[in-house]
Amino acid sequence: MCLAVPARVIEKDGDRAVADAMGNRWNIRITLTPDIEVGDVVLIHAGYAITKVDEEEAKKTWELFEEIAHFEAERLKAKQQEGDRDA
Amino acid sequence: MKPSGLRPSNRKATEMLERIEQARKSIHSACEKVGRQIQVMEVCGTHTVSIFRHGIRTLLPENLKMLSGPGCPVCVTDQGYIDVVMDLARRDDTIIATYGDMIRVPGKGDSLESLHRDNIKVVLSTDNGLALAKKHPDKTVVFVAVGFETTTPASAVAVADAAREGVGNFCILSGHKLVVPAMKALLGSKNDKIDAFLCPGHVSVILGSDAYRSVVDEFNRPCVVAGFEGVQILEGLAKICEQIADGRAEIDSVYGAAVTPQGNRTAWKIITDMFEPCDGPWRGLGVIPGATMRLKNQYKQFDALHRFGIEEVPSEEPAGCQCGQILCGLMDPPQCGLFGKKCTPDTPVGPCMVSTEGACSAWYKYGR
Repeated sequence: MCLAVPARVIEKDGDRAVADAMGNRWNIRITLTPDIEVGDVVLIHAGYAITKVDEEEAKKTWELFEEIAHFEAERLKAKQQEGDRDA
Repeated sequence: MKPSGLRPSNRKATEMLERIEQARKSIHSACEKVGRQIQVMEVCGTHTVSIFRHGIRTLLPENLKMLSGPGCPVCVTDQGYIDVVMDLARRDDTIIATYGDMIRVPGKGDSLESLHRDNIKVVLSTDNGLALAKKHPDKTVVFVAVGFETTTPASAVAVADAAREGVGNFCILSGHKLVVPAMKALLGSKNDKIDAFLCPGHVSVILGSDAYRSVVDEFNRPCVVAGFEGVQILEGLAKICEQIADGRAEIDSVYGAAVTPQGNRTAWKIITDMFEPCDGPWRGLGVIPGATMRLKNQYKQFDALHRFGIEEVPSEEPAGCQCGQILCGLMDPPQCGLFGKKCTPDTPVGPCMVSTEGACSAWYKYGR
């Protein structure tokens, strides 16, 4: 429940916005962070931006996600190959 | 090879390893200086999981013990609350909108998942809950509003929206909790085992690190805010151990990227506009004064308790379950007679095993 994801605000309409993290897009609310502008990076928690964050900090998290996705893909591939061998 | 000759990713890794080693050294030298046993409570469930996943316990000196605190919202939600959710879910005129974390928590018998009813919907935000109410005007949508200061503003905004847009068939069952009064209750009880707190990251984004002032001033315990990366947790622990070694108790933060001393004042204003603190039960900790949030009187038509005429929420604990002792840092999960036997992640008895952020679940997965 307490996980939060950094994402970049790419569209803004009142207190609603669209945010992008590595190509994944969400409709979010910026009610709690009214000073946010398009281009800012925010921390999203349960559909709400809770604070603006530093671009460098966000990059670290995105890189980590990429690494996990890469690792997961490798793992699935290895599993697939194992399955092929058994079959 | 010098670090400058490494590829960028290797250079980053080297920097990271140096930070880890630096923090580890500080922790060890401070703990050696203190000599006695030190017990630090990580308040937040996400910290608990991160500490296990990164193998942080293996880097700590023998006289530094981590206690898993009451910072997992699922784990501190009283069983009586869950039973009320179950009763509302069994009705034909309701839709239950809940965060996914709550779906497997057992009440006296069933969990929302085991009820297998179409009127139980997992949502990612309160916005989705309000949208359900607009889509189904013939049903009353009950939002299962649990969590700390991070999720409370989302519930507040949803109620404000519902009031403004006249969505009369939306309400929330508030089980929202406040972290700081609970920390003080832990220190004020017979429990003198906690030397310092590693404070939650995202809750502190909303609260601000200054919110721990009373814990530091009244109880003389260091409070250090950290984010969720392994290295930040180690650096936070280093700050704590240094304070204890120097005989200091101060507020500090190693999560400067997101946490400010004053927090998110807009969010806090939205919370206090809609909610007020009341006395309410925390699982295992009993009733803590002023640590639960209820909707203010002028919004009571959006309060599920008022809407459905529920006057009393019974409080009960499952037999043999030691989640309460565990949340107070008085017991480690393996000391519970049910742990790993009757109570496993597949057949959870207590909430600390249900939630992936619960101490028991983390011990089961990583700690054995």
